[in-house]
Amino acid sequence: MAKYLLLKHYRGAPAAVNDVPMDQWTPEEISAHVQYMSDFAARLEQTGEFVDGQALAPEGAWVRYDGEGRPPVTDGPFAETKDLIAGWMVIDVDSYERAVELAGELSAAPGAAGKPIHEWLEVRPFLAASPTITECPHR
Amino acid sequence: MNEALLRSLTPSVLGILVRRGADFAAAEDAVQDALVEAVRVWPADAPQDPKGWLVTVAWRRFLDARRSDAARRRREDLVDEEPTPGPAPAVDDTLQLYFLCAHPSLTPSSAVALTLRAVGGLTTRQIAQAYLVPEATMAQRISRAKRTLSGVRFDQPGDVATVLRVLYLVFNEGYSGDVDLAAEAIRLTRQLAARADHPEVAGLLALMLLHHARRATRTAPDGSLVPLAEQDRDRWDTESIAEGVEILQAALARDRLGEFQAQAAIAALHADAPTAGETDWVQIVEWYDELVRLTDSPVVRLNRAVAVGEADGPRAGLAALAALDDSLPRHTAVAAYLQERDGALTTAARLYAEAARKAPNLAERDYLTRRAAHLNTRRRC
Repeated sequence: MAKYLLLKHYRGAPAAVNDVPMDQWTPEEISAHVQYMSDFAARLEQTGEFVDGQALAPEGAWVRYDGEGRPPVTDGPFAETKDLIAGWMVIDVDSYERAVELAGELSAAPGAAGKPIHEWLEVRPFLAASPTITECPHR
Repeated sequence: MNEALLRSLTPSVLGILVRRGADFAAAEDAVQDALVEAVRVWPADAPQDPKGWLVTVAWRRFLDARRSDAARRRREDLVDEEPTPGPAPAVDDTLQLYFLCAHPSLTPSSAVALTLRAVGGLTTRQIAQAYLVPEATMAQRISRAKRTLSGVRFDQPGDVATVLRVLYLVFNEGYSGDVDLAAEAIRLTRQLAARADHPEVAGLLALMLLHHARRATRTAPDGSLVPLAEQDRDRWDTESIAEGVEILQAALARDRLGEFQAQAAIAALHADAPTAGETDWVQIVEWYDELVRLTDSPVVRLNRAVAVGEADGPRAGLAALAALDDSLPRHTAVAAYLQERDGALTTAARLYAEAARKAPNLAERDYLTRRAAHLNTRRRC
């Protein structure tokens, strides 16, 4: 079992195949898209593979320590960013192949004209906190 | 309230219910109810025969559940079928339960969850905490596993190799939350070894005990990884090591070698060495040759290359490594280590940094990054 983070991007990722900005979809198309995502999460809850998931606002800021006694520096809402995370889901699955399979399904969410958007999703394995010893007896 | 007693009784009570004809899912629910009842009642009024008490209460719960949704005629039939109260049968069904929970039709994660719940007697909440997933997720995983098994006959012979794999998965999950899964895996394997006369069960138990004996020394207080050669051997659990070695020797004497026995033999050779320098690497290589023969696993070949590097020098290790696919997990880390021992510090530093990027967990990534940094600093001096 391993946990994976599925990341949706506002921008920064390669363009989707059916790449029409969401504000140009019909309300029905948006509803269908949202419904697909929530059905997907509900189904993973049923299979025992769902851990957590949230959508993120497009606004955010870079924040940096600016020295003793001074307030942190902020660089406005992602002034120079190349990448922006729209939302994430954490799944707990048996294999990398399963994680890729699920990300593929999520990428097929319907978009404009009710067709799959073929969005690029990022799949990132979690680094486990403690080492397992299955494969390395020299520890 | 003796929680350990309750947990040890759980599998046999469940086994008895299933043997009496209850389907697995309903029996499991009924046993959980009986356990809750026991926690409530026993502190004030402990029964003389705890197992008999649990069987009686669980069986009544099972019948109640059946009655509530069955037709009147069906109910009357069931009352007729109800066995007369008395001592619980002496037949031990725990073994069957192990096989059922590790059934090949289940995914590994479901088999692990079901084993911990039905054989280990852990609550869904405890299992969820140990695996860091929401309780609802774990509850679904368990009930799906139970549904998958609903058509499986209880007396179907199981596959001991699958059971052992599931127990090893539990062991390797190690410690998190308030349930120590490594200790739980040892407890369950011990229980299995007492019931199943099989040298590989003994081999796995020995392997777990030998690994577990070193646990306290495998990480520094700050969580960083301590390699075997640098571990404080005075802090190894000698009792655990002695027990592991004894169990292993008895298993090996039966001359039915399997991969867990061979792995345990390697672990025992490490545990036996008074210092890292006195490790019998030549014999370890021989055991790896056995393991390669038994499993033909590329991971085993990789570990063998490390042992060859210690027994015959880093060049020999690198030659063994060269024959392997460099996409194997930890291949780069092993290459870095052997290059470092061979004196090729620049190459080693580059490989450590590359291995760190591929590391499967934080502790290893930090360790490999530090090794790279250490070599880079040394080169600059």
